[in-house]
Amino acid sequence: MVINAYLRADGRKGIRNTVVVAYLVECAHHVSREITYPYREQGAHLIGFPGCFPNPYSYKMMERLCTHPNVGGVLLVSLGCESFNKGKLLEAVRKSGRPAKLVVIQESGGTRTSIDEGRAWVEQTLRQLEHTPRTPMGIDELIVGTICGGSDATSGLTANPAMGRAFDFLVEQNATCIFEETGELIGMEHWMAKRAENPALGEEIVRTVAKAAKYYAAYGHASIGPGNADGGLTTIEEKSLGAYAKSGQSTIAGIVKPGDVPIKGGLYLLDVVPDGEPRFGFPNISDNAEIAELMACGSHLSLFSTGRGSVVGSAIAPVIKVCANPDTYKRMSDDMDVDAGRILEGKGTLDEVGREIYDLILRVANGEQTRSEALGHQEFILTYKTFEPLGPACFPSAA
Amino acid sequence: MSKTPETTDPRVMILAPGDNVAVARTDIRQGTALKVMGTDITLKATVLTGHKFAFTPVRKGEKLVKYGAPIGVATQDIAPGDYMHIHNVASDYIPTYTFDAGHEFFKEAH
Repeated sequence: MVINAYLRADGRKGIRNTVVVAYLVECAHHVSREITYPYREQGAHLIGFPGCFPNPYSYKMMERLCTHPNVGGVLLVSLGCESFNKGKLLEAVRKSGRPAKLVVIQESGGTRTSIDEGRAWVEQTLRQLEHTPRTPMGIDELIVGTICGGSDATSGLTANPAMGRAFDFLVEQNATCIFEETGELIGMEHWMAKRAENPALGEEIVRTVAKAAKYYAAYGHASIGPGNADGGLTTIEEKSLGAYAKSGQSTIAGIVKPGDVPIKGGLYLLDVVPDGEPRFGFPNISDNAEIAELMACGSHLSLFSTGRGSVVGSAIAPVIKVCANPDTYKRMSDDMDVDAGRILEGKGTLDEVGREIYDLILRVANGEQTRSEALGHQEFILTYKTFEPLGPACFPSAA
Repeated sequence: MSKTPETTDPRVMILAPGDNVAVARTDIRQGTALKVMGTDITLKATVLTGHKFAFTPVRKGEKLVKYGAPIGVATQDIAPGDYMHIHNVASDYIPTYTFDAGHEFFKEAH
């Protein structure tokens, strides 16, 4: 046995045992936050969707997150008049075998009674989850996502290629690894296509990145900010080269979109850029939007590289922070799980740091808290997008 | 960083053969004399950790090559020892947004 996992009634295996409190419109956010707050260190996590208009993407995201393997129970909090299909979501969560409850603020008597009702349920469910059965879980059942945030010119020299090494070690064990940020792979598409399992998938990869380039061009803003430039990144191509290193060297087995859970192990590209004409704003408004999408694809945990010094964690799934810049590490070591910047100082190699990340993944999967978890980070964000279903070339060949 | 040739100062990295961009492994001050790929150069500006500078002439319109791949185009002639960044390099795809005057993306988008 490699990992001592939590077994859900639907057969999925989680590495954390959380109760999710989910608001179904911004109007229910405050009540949900108040319900969660006293129990946040005991495993209650807050997620939600702020919009009042229906959107298939955000519904799918919420359903995937509420039935995520790290989630043991779900409290849905509705104002009452929003468009979100709360009945359908409640039914989906109950069908997965997880305890679920819906609080409708307009029916329960307002803010105070809804908070009381919600807290009583969360407290009782947390006690119930203490008896969740445990089960052995192999590395080949683990799904790991990767993201970079607060990047600088050191990210592509140390942390990203080291995380790529860790991905290679995981893929060798048939784990599922997902990299994304197609807007930060602009310029890399033809190199990536050569790593595809077959030529048809390679063509899809090229199309996926072309879509991202078109989308960002329409907004006139690449996925590169003033902080990246201060950190020595000059162009989106340069940032892309660094970001691309996170994917390691393995064959690319397929493409997924938010909410698609890969059916077998291997390396996958997550396409986060909406389909169709540009609408609804930027595809990656902040790093946590992408972490939420990785989780919706089943990620049990995420690797997060940072050069400038991001502090974020996430609701539901732990975030391992890999610091690329030795100066940032000296300033912010309390927030960082791995010091990859030492490679620049000649105090370690990419292979050594990659192995350190791999070992840490297994310890975190077995319950060791990451720095962001210990500091109470549970960031979450979800907004509107539109996606079309995956084309047949995106799936890995059955074998 | 085994790719750095022996004729390059240990404070400097060349990421792939054929690159015309040198990367600082640590903060290196203006005026520092360095050997890069066998050429003696003097830094004309302080270059911070991870930032880039030229060790060979790059003409206006030529590509900058780092990790063996193009990362943008020189917007002016760049001489050995020059700092390379947004003041003399531009993306071939989408402009980089900074707080500096002249880089306000809203101006073009609306």
